[in-house]
Amino acid sequence: MIESNRLTAEQYEQNFSDIHPPFENKEAALVEANRCLFCYDAPCIKQCPTSINIPKFIKQITTDNIKGSAHTIFDSNIFGGGCSKVCPVEKLCEGSCVYNLLHEAPIPIAKLQRYSTEKAIRDKWKLFERKPSNGLKVAVVGAGPAGLSCAHVLSRHGVDVTVFEKESKGGGLMTYGIAAYKVTPSFCQDEVDFILSLGGIEIKYDHELGKDISIEELQKNYDAVYLGIGVGLANKLNIPGEELQGVEDAIGFIYDIRTKGYPNISVGDRVAVIGMGMTAIDAATQAKRLGAKEVTMVYRRTEAQKNCTQHELDIALLDGCKMQWLAAPREVIGENGRVTALVCDIMTLGATDHSGKPAPEPTGQTITLEVDMVIKATGQNPFTDLINKNGIENNRGKVAVKDNAVTNIDGVFAGGDCVNGGKEVVDAVQAGKDGAAAILNFLQPKNIASIHQLNSYSTDERIATQQPML
Amino acid sequence: MADISANFLGIKSPNPFWLASAPPTDKKINVLRAFEAGWGGVVWKTLGSQVKNVSSRYSSVNFNNTRMMGFNNIELISDRPLQINLDEIRECVRLFPDRAMIVSLMADNDKQSWHDIIAKVEDTGAHGIELNFGCPHGMTERGMGAAVGQDPEIAKMVVEWVMEKATIPVITKLTPNVHSVVPTGKAVVEAGTDALSLINTIQSVTGIDLDTLVPNPYVAGKSVFGGYCGPAVKPIALKMLTTIAQNPVTSKVPVSGIGGISTWKDAVEFMLLGSTTVQVCTAVMKHGFRIVEDMCEGLNNWMDEKGFATINDFIGKSVQNITHWEDLDINYHIVANINQDKCIHCGLCYIACEDTSHQSINLTYGKPYNTYSIKEEECVGCNLCKLVCPVEDCITMVEQRKGNEYLNWKEFQLRGLPLNDH
Ligand SMILES: Cc1cc2nc3c(=O)[nH]c(=O)nc-3n(C[C@H](O)[C@H](O)[C@H](O)COP(=O)(O)OP(=O)(O)OC[C@H]3O[C@@H](n4cnc5c(N)ncnc54)[C@H](O)[C@@H]3O)c2cc1C
Ligand SMILES: Cc1cc2nc3c(=O)[nH]c(=O)nc-3n(C[C@H](O)[C@H](O)[C@H](O)COP(=O)(O)O)c2cc1C
Ligand code: SF4
Ligand code: SF4
Repeated sequence: MIESNRLTAEQYEQNFSDIHPPFENKEAALVEANRCLFCYDAPCIKQCPTSINIPKFIKQITTDNIKGSAHTIFDSNIFGGGCSKVCPVEKLCEGSCVYNLLHEAPIPIAKLQRYSTEKAIRDKWKLFERKPSNGLKVAVVGAGPAGLSCAHVLSRHGVDVTVFEKESKGGGLMTYGIAAYKVTPSFCQDEVDFILSLGGIEIKYDHELGKDISIEELQKNYDAVYLGIGVGLANKLNIPGEELQGVEDAIGFIYDIRTKGYPNISVGDRVAVIGMGMTAIDAATQAKRLGAKEVTMVYRRTEAQKNCTQHELDIALLDGCKMQWLAAPREVIGENGRVTALVCDIMTLGATDHSGKPAPEPTGQTITLEVDMVIKATGQNPFTDLINKNGIENNRGKVAVKDNAVTNIDGVFAGGDCVNGGKEVVDAVQAGKDGAAAILNFLQPKNIASIHQLNSYSTDERIATQQPML
Repeated sequence: MADISANFLGIKSPNPFWLASAPPTDKKINVLRAFEAGWGGVVWKTLGSQVKNVSSRYSSVNFNNTRMMGFNNIELISDRPLQINLDEIRECVRLFPDRAMIVSLMADNDKQSWHDIIAKVEDTGAHGIELNFGCPHGMTERGMGAAVGQDPEIAKMVVEWVMEKATIPVITKLTPNVHSVVPTGKAVVEAGTDALSLINTIQSVTGIDLDTLVPNPYVAGKSVFGGYCGPAVKPIALKMLTTIAQNPVTSKVPVSGIGGISTWKDAVEFMLLGSTTVQVCTAVMKHGFRIVEDMCEGLNNWMDEKGFATINDFIGKSVQNITHWEDLDINYHIVANINQDKCIHCGLCYIACEDTSHQSINLTYGKPYNTYSIKEEECVGCNLCKLVCPVEDCITMVEQRKGNEYLNWKEFQLRGLPLNDH
């Protein structure tokens, strides 16, 4: 039965409390910070999509220069606070920490990053000063990580930025999509406020591109336009029974969790979650944490091909979610318009397909899972109609860009999930920086030095081009 | 099992590990606990002139989360009544007759004061006396402690007074607050001291509170220079010890080594440079007396491994290996070698060599891991990279002699051999 209000207030609180708690105190942070070897041309920096100078910010913690540490982080990644809570660091910075090569625990980079950034956000440190307004105006569509990262860089350079956001809060999927036990709504609000405290950025909430505003209007009124609109709801399964009551879209399900209060969210007794990416994991674990008795994740390939990290899978397993590998949904069965079961084809792995993974092929056998709720999480649908209507070149709805940010329409730029189809927050933040660089480049063809200064920490290039350094 | 017992001028102790004259040895409770824990001997906290201590008394240097890497104090000598100290010393000697009991003294600067206190101390049954010519704070303002040790003439005079009276062995403890410990060392040996001990603490300012701007230790808004000790001073102590061991006059008497000793390894190093016993203060102030267990076991295992039956078999063995720079062999040349299987790609060797040494390491870009290799023809064999490398035995120095024969600098010049061209 699909029901809300399954748990007590304490149970909800406990189930959705911070999954990666912060350091308890300064001593604990210092023990870890002092373990950092302060690597040169550190692998962790190279594995951070925003190239945060990690050894430097860690060293700054050890010298009691927390302000400097926070500045180092935010200078490369204005979502450095949120990223410290949501980044899949096991495959990024921490995954490359040289301690792994010694078979020792890597430096807890995210936790240290949280240590510095949380103080900065809590105490509202003023770490950046924007250049005096230069009269240039840029419209940013979408107040998610890509949009706000772009807006922040532009404003630092004296550009006046107006952000158009269809929702009533900023942060994008940070606020509406990411699992509730990673970031709280109040943190997301504080993070957005912290970003805006720079000045020069105005967000117009409840303004939807395609409904309340159009690209032509923006082009007319602004010197450039940046699209950071992300991607939409989950892909359709296109199988019989998808319209039954109890079949839900993971993005919508999580949106409700993030906006309506835990007791108001209904879950079934037995839930099937389709997919094995990050979103699927989040949907499954949160369904379990909302009180579902049994949650089964259904994936058409095997564990070896999963899209989530091992760390994420472990969270789901520890939450008691079951895994049904090699099963592809075939039909949702219902009674009186409500879901009662999910029938899946049992698959086997065949030759490698276009995705580079072995293609699952039906064996002819089926399995029936008795469930009363089905959550779809097999990738998200880009805003294809909106993109097409505006004549923006795209690849099945994903905006096509040159040089990381430049679309086919003069003066229109894009980045983040709407370009890459859905990666991580940190990728969107870097896309926002790239977008800002491209826009400044477009606006002042002869003056991009300031941008280079801003992104000065790009060791890859420096070393690749100048080696040996003299 | 090796025999780790020590015989210092006839003063026997079951091991060479003594506690230095300081708070760990300032009363019966501590000393009995130390003996129970296994310490071979103690040098009782300095007795003598009348003093009163202040608070706070200590400060320290914490280096990258290693607390008390260097330790600093402004404590004076014992401020307890003399008679209580003497009674307690007598009691400790009675309860632990097999342990060494040395009493540190610093009397007022007149012969009678020294003679009086020596008589009282000898009456307790103590085995030896240590003359504190080293305390670098407070007492110096009254012409005592380091003020004595810094002036060979005065030191000599006081030792002569002492030797007139003393019937038990006398150890003179030297101050490191001099450009060389040898002049005072020589003077007091010539005046008849039976032995030397070194070092006492080094004058220091350990740090300043960046909020109040008052240096530490803090005493009602002010501070004074303190005495520095602990692991940070060990290399300085070893150097001073070597100069005593190499001087023909001072090398004649036994030495008790002090300064930054925390482990059996530290102790062995002091002994290899000539110490018969060693004294410890900071390490027990940080960890308590229990550290002596590993000191004994570690020393024993090392001696067994090396085939030393008694400590006399290795005392002083390294003294001859410290020579003059001019006698070093210039033909000896080593180059760094990186074991790629062990390398964790931290780049520390690269940046150290590139920024501050001889640009002898190649960086081959990789994502995320760069590869580092040595340019052997550029490497001068300074071994900085080996020192910074966080992986044991990852960088080794491989011998590539420049010539077969021994060649020192004088000979090098005589032959007019070529100097570096870059
Ligand atoms: C369930 C889920 C869990 C995730 N978990 C993680 C995680 O743990 N860690 C992690 O790093 N990443 C995670 N991600 C991915 C991450 O949230 C995104 O990659 C990131 O938010 C992308 O940022 P963006 O700015 O490109 O898009 P978004 O965050 O989607 O922001 C787009 C913004 O544009 C607005 N918008 C959209 N259309 C319009 C329009 N027409 N007019 C005006 N405004 C519009 C949206 O309301 C939104 O505010 C998760 C994603 C999902 C779906
Ligand atoms: C708090 C304190 C008090 C000390 N008091 C004395 C003293 O009274 N007499 C003395 O000869 N040395 C005194 N010292 C010096 C120690 O005996 C010893 O020489 C010095 O601390 C170096 O040894 P370490 O590095 O093991 O501490 C004192 C040292 C400390 C830390
Ligand atoms: S790789 Fe690890 S040890 Fe090296 S700088 Fe980065 S966090 Fe520190
Ligand atoms: S310091 Fe050692 S581990 Fe680090 S890169 Fe150099 S050789 Fe490798």
